[in-house]
Amino acid sequence: MVRENFEDKLQVLKQQVLIMSEMAKVSLSQSLLALEQQDQTQAQSVFDQDNKINQIEDDINDQAIWLIAKEQPVAKDLRRLVMTLKVTNDIERIGDLAVNIAKSVLRINNEELPVEKQQVLTTASVVEQMIDLVTEAYVEEDLEKAFEIARIDDQVDRQYGDSIQKMLTYMTQHPSHISPITQLAFISRYLERAADHTTNIAEAIIYLVKGKHVDLNN
Amino acid sequence: MSLSTVQESITKESPKAAENIVFDTRDLNLWYGETHALKNINLAIKERDITAIIGPSGCGKSTYLKTLNRMVEMIPTVRTSGDIKYNGKSILNKGFKVEDLRTRVGMVFQKPNPFPKSVYENVAYGPKIHGIRNKKILDEIVEKSLRDAFIWEEVKDRLKENAYGLSGGQQQRLCIARTLAIEPDVILMDEPTSALDPISTLKVEELVQDLKQDYSIIIVTHNMQQAARISDRTAFFLNGEVVEFDDTETLFSNPTDQRTEDYITGRFG
Repeated sequence: MVRENFEDKLQVLKQQVLIMSEMAKVSLSQSLLALEQQDQTQAQSVFDQDNKINQIEDDINDQAIWLIAKEQPVAKDLRRLVMTLKVTNDIERIGDLAVNIAKSVLRINNEELPVEKQQVLTTASVVEQMIDLVTEAYVEEDLEKAFEIARIDDQVDRQYGDSIQKMLTYMTQHPSHISPITQLAFISRYLERAADHTTNIAEAIIYLVKGKHVDLNN
Repeated sequence: MSLSTVQESITKESPKAAENIVFDTRDLNLWYGETHALKNINLAIKERDITAIIGPSGCGKSTYLKTLNRMVEMIPTVRTSGDIKYNGKSILNKGFKVEDLRTRVGMVFQKPNPFPKSVYENVAYGPKIHGIRNKKILDEIVEKSLRDAFIWEEVKDRLKENAYGLSGGQQQRLCIARTLAIEPDVILMDEPTSALDPISTLKVEELVQDLKQDYSIIIVTHNMQQAARISDRTAFFLNGEVVEFDDTETLFSNPTDQRTEDYITGRFG
């Protein structure tokens, strides 16, 4: 096999993307645990994790750029490196959204959330499953799984619309709860955005395998 | 009869095929003795395109290039079957005058091969053979050819010096100027930059892209980045066959055949 060294470097890069993805998922889980248990300490831990995610993103991107310069890749090799640059951006954004959720949890400040909290947590579980599924699709370069992400994203979008409607209705009837429910609406929005980033990753996997651009976020 | 009248008469006799195909190769097979070096080659090369031919050593790419000006016939054991049409006329016919073909199809080789003559005489050589004796016309041809080959500024004060005194990159551009002096239609290039340093290589690449406005160029290269940079269409040869022939962008970004992918990504062998 020619280019074993390059092949090894690509594998190392792939492993690092998986580690980064796992870190972002842990961040998201911590922020959701903080929401579920109204745990401010848990929310704080998300901020520390975010710095590590940013560092690994820079590290992966530096390696990918150096490989592009050094190995002059074409065809699937080039697509793999370009998609790595895009995917790390999406994962980093998911990490940022986890930070936003944690900030909202701090702003809720243990106030009561009498509406939609459970539904938002259920949607959050679906988003976590999406991250697991897109990771599998990435490892196995499985197009079926990549397209499945788009179908799940449609459900998340619908659920987001329903939740926002219910929260707005509740706030009009209970103005004293506007502040914490607004934060919960933000969290709902952050989760919907995280699902969109997961869908972007699925698009990148399809581009890697087929060399064609698809838009799954429609 | 002047050079341009000779060329006009050839062009008039051979109207361009549909879609401006300059070389249309159909079911071309070639043997060196018992060795089957080209197998059922079918390629339609467009006019004023830069067509790159890539492939590993021994895949037949240089052999194919040399069939286009029938230089391959200089090897005694060569046999061919099939057809190559140049502007609609079959060039493999014994009746086709090889001198006419080589007036229209110039060639640049891997190593610069100037004549052991002055810079001026190198460029004026072809037109002189074609009967141009008028010093003023020759001067004009020499200057225009050297300018078109982007080397005029470097040699205009050294026209009487021996071409061997030029650098490798300058010699190669001089050879290109020598080719341009006979005003061909097509320029065949067989790894024209493989003996040059990176800056000379880039100069030749720039030149090739500029020449595309007036000439059809077919370039054999081992440098895949070069093929990707300068060509419009690329053919991938393997074991005497054309595996894939497509727009260069498609061939290098998303090839159809796994063997092409393996070759261009360096996973071959």
